[in-house]
Amino acid sequence: MNAQPATAMSLGLAGCEVCGLVSRPLAGQPPHCPRCGERLHFRRPASIERCWALVIAALILYLPANLLPVLTTYTPLGSQTDTIMQGVVELWSPTSWPLAIVVFVASITIPLGKLIALAYLLITVQRGSPKSSRQRVRLYRMVKFIGRWSMLDVFVDTFVVALVQLKPLMWMAPGPGVMFFAGVVVVTMVAVNCFDPRLIWDLPQKECHA
Amino acid sequence: MPEPNARDSSLVACPDCDLLQHLPPIPPAGSAHCARCHARLWRHKVDSLNRTLALAVAAAFLLLIANSVPMLGLAVAGREAFTTVIGGVLAMWRDGRQEVAILVLFTAVIAPAFEIACLLAVVLAVRRPPAPAWAGRLLRAYEILREWSMIEIMLLGVLVALIKIAELATVIPGLAMFVLGALVFLLAAMAAVFDPRDAWARVGWVAGASTRPGEGGR
Repeated sequence: MNAQPATAMSLGLAGCEVCGLVSRPLAGQPPHCPRCGERLHFRRPASIERCWALVIAALILYLPANLLPVLTTYTPLGSQTDTIMQGVVELWSPTSWPLAIVVFVASITIPLGKLIALAYLLITVQRGSPKSSRQRVRLYRMVKFIGRWSMLDVFVDTFVVALVQLKPLMWMAPGPGVMFFAGVVVVTMVAVNCFDPRLIWDLPQKECHA
Repeated sequence: MPEPNARDSSLVACPDCDLLQHLPPIPPAGSAHCARCHARLWRHKVDSLNRTLALAVAAAFLLLIANSVPMLGLAVAGREAFTTVIGGVLAMWRDGRQEVAILVLFTAVIAPAFEIACLLAVVLAVRRPPAPAWAGRLLRAYEILREWSMIEIMLLGVLVALIKIAELATVIPGLAMFVLGALVFLLAAMAAVFDPRDAWARVGWVAGASTRPGEGGR
């Protein structure tokens, strides 16, 4: 299929995002997929605006998520608080350093990388750049695939807190950072879903919104 | 190119770049990729319904076991403490992080349970096409929930927690940890053998019989 690309939208058709059925949305009422009933859109509604809003929100949450403590350890001698980064440093030992790297990548690199990648995709789409579309859509797929793994630290903190409850010897409690960090993970996952990769391929003059 | 017919079930719009194309006949276990962006459009899966059913039944059992037996234990100075997946959620709730507790409950228990239950119901319902519209609604819920079902991430989190605590006390891995390990593979296999395109072709259309195409699903 090497002819000029015929997109579903350019022919007035829309592929359903849930069941994949291609159909012609009827004018007038808000169109629904005749098979599964999902709202039909040529492109996800307000994709760029919603995605930007969520990226900025996640960026704001990212700061307290990394600066506030996620775990507090209480012992009869006093208490000690750990941020995500301090948790990584403590995990670093001759035997467990691979896990420290995994936690570092999942908690620090992936959320930040995701925000940078989304900002790059949004800016290039807004500029109507036709360049390296294939690489950009690959980047989108990678971000979507890898993003969930940032939940790792939330699970680590949850089970550490659940287990280390040996009052009065030693016990642990979650810090306020966990909430912000969980917020970053959820907001970035929703942001990725708001972004419509089909926009990467739309040339500026062909703009059309459902 | 002739005027595309929206009733033609081999017509697909690439989900990643909207390129309209026809799916060629694909041999079993073969796959079709978008001509422009290489997104996978369809993978022809062999005996999808039966295999999915078998894996979903097994996964349902493992999920029940994983949530009812201890997952991780701790022994220090003659005292022992055990926790389950739900125990982790309760600890977060008790310590005032209710939002996080709900998120953990959702991603580690509710979403996986729904994922398995939806697929089980769908696979059973589409055996006699056309399946009722509720099967379509469940299939839709499955597609949306799948990304929030994070058993494999939770298991890695439990392992990291185990290593962290091992410096402070003796950690005892519980039965649920091994069950969860098996469940991770089952869930991955379940998603790999399930063919949503095949299932959708067997679901009744919400728009009614008048718009249904002549063919009754493959």
